[in-house]
Amino acid sequence: MSEYLVLIYSDEADPSWRDPANRDRVMKDHMEFGEKHGASLRGGNALHPSTSATSLRHDASGKVTVTDGAFVETKEALGGYYLIEAADLDEALAIAKDVPAPLGGVEVRPIMPT
Amino acid sequence: MTTGRTQVEAAVAQAHRDEWTYVLAATVRVTHDIDIAEECVQDAYARALSAWAINGIPERPGAWLTTVARRLAIDFHRRREIQDRLLPYLNGVAEKTMDLDHNSTSVGDDRLQLIFTCCHPALAFESQIALTLRYICGLTTSEVARVFLVTESTMAARLTRAKKKISVSHIPFQVPAPLDLPERTDAVLEVVHLLFTTGHTAPTGSVLVREDLTSRAIELARMLRQLLPGNSGVAGLLSLMLLSDARRIARTSPDGTMILLGDQDRSKWDRELIDEGIHLVREALTHRPPSRFALMAAIGAVHAEAPSLCETDWREIVAIYDLLVLTWPSPVVRLNRAAAVGFVDGPRAGLAALDELAGDPFLSHYAYYASARAEFLARLGCWDQARDAYEMALETCHNDIERNFLRRRLDDLKLPP
Repeated sequence: MSEYLVLIYSDEADPSWRDPANRDRVMKDHMEFGEKHGASLRGGNALHPSTSATSLRHDASGKVTVTDGAFVETKEALGGYYLIEAADLDEALAIAKDVPAPLGGVEVRPIMPT
Repeated sequence: MTTGRTQVEAAVAQAHRDEWTYVLAATVRVTHDIDIAEECVQDAYARALSAWAINGIPERPGAWLTTVARRLAIDFHRRREIQDRLLPYLNGVAEKTMDLDHNSTSVGDDRLQLIFTCCHPALAFESQIALTLRYICGLTTSEVARVFLVTESTMAARLTRAKKKISVSHIPFQVPAPLDLPERTDAVLEVVHLLFTTGHTAPTGSVLVREDLTSRAIELARMLRQLLPGNSGVAGLLSLMLLSDARRIARTSPDGTMILLGDQDRSKWDRELIDEGIHLVREALTHRPPSRFALMAAIGAVHAEAPSLCETDWREIVAIYDLLVLTWPSPVVRLNRAAAVGFVDGPRAGLAALDELAGDPFLSHYAYYASARAEFLARLGCWDQARDAYEMALETCHNDIERNFLRRRLDDLKLPP
């Protein structure tokens, strides 16, 4: 078995996020996903919007600069993740297809074994 | 009994040519890793040189090599397992699963599994083609590099990156689940089709057809046909390629100039390939809805059965293009449909159909669009506009033979009509 991180990206600026009914529906979708794939889930969380992010950058001399905002500014921001366990990439992708990701999509990354 | 050295060397070389990809695919099933499998297979061939000299050349060299390569792979895994047990804190406790009991789950050919791995959608399309050429067709890295017109080291790096992705993200070596099989098979067919079209009219260079690519593509499709006999997409693609390849000799004159469909000597078309292609397309068309490749092959079949360009059933061709646009609405399909309309309803109608596509960003850089307009304009006697269209086609065309053809047409127009 291998572990994969499923990163959920979505367009935070989309006005539909302001609709409470829409947010409730996405939440419900995540609950359903959790029930369906509970056996494969090793963890997962939603993140506060990228406006809450703080980034630290290291330069060559070792100096650290603290800045407000996400590390890379993109239209679709990282909004949450699941840690899943799967036999192989095909199984991981089958699970990842069920991850609710309205207004965006997910990225699947294999976890390096320690 | 000992066998002569040259005889053994010849047998090993022969087995390398004929069976390397089979042996590799069977070994990958044990190793679940292309690099390790490649090493074990290499080792098996090296061992064959000495073993066959002593014991004679086996009746089935491929089976002998497969057995040895797989035994080496199992030994490799055992050594690694022992290492993992002795050094758990260094190597981690990740369990290494190994498919020793391969025969119980075996479905079809080992190569089929490897094709699906090489053509996995999680890999970049170019990597899929490169991996397929290297591990399914058995080309060397330098030969694959030549296909892509890059240096050997660039290709080696690309293959290594792709194999690294297969390995770290655990892309499986298996035939996809029935639910995913149609989509995954289509992905394999895309790879084979691109290989063929790249060879059929080489995008750049001094030859029109690169037979090295077209014959590899046909070979792959024949292999897929054996492995997935009921698949209509496979039958359609193989048919399409055979019907195109049947016209190959007639497409260029002895001095290398290009001959258009209408001017080709149809007696030079390969009737055997045409018969096989038509047989396959009939089968592929029984599947509903017909696949994109089956429809494209059906168009090829109409041409193949026509005694000449003007005796071609263009109405039928337009009707097939209408179906094709529904399943595959690509700009090139629309362009070909518009050109066919010109044969049914005359150059004015054809030109009108082409002009409807005028805003398309792809077609505006596509030489065939400009040259199709030029042909219709010339037939309508609009010489100046036809010349402009040929000039535009020349600007976007990079195959020398096609360029020469366009230049000749342009020169013909410069003469007073």
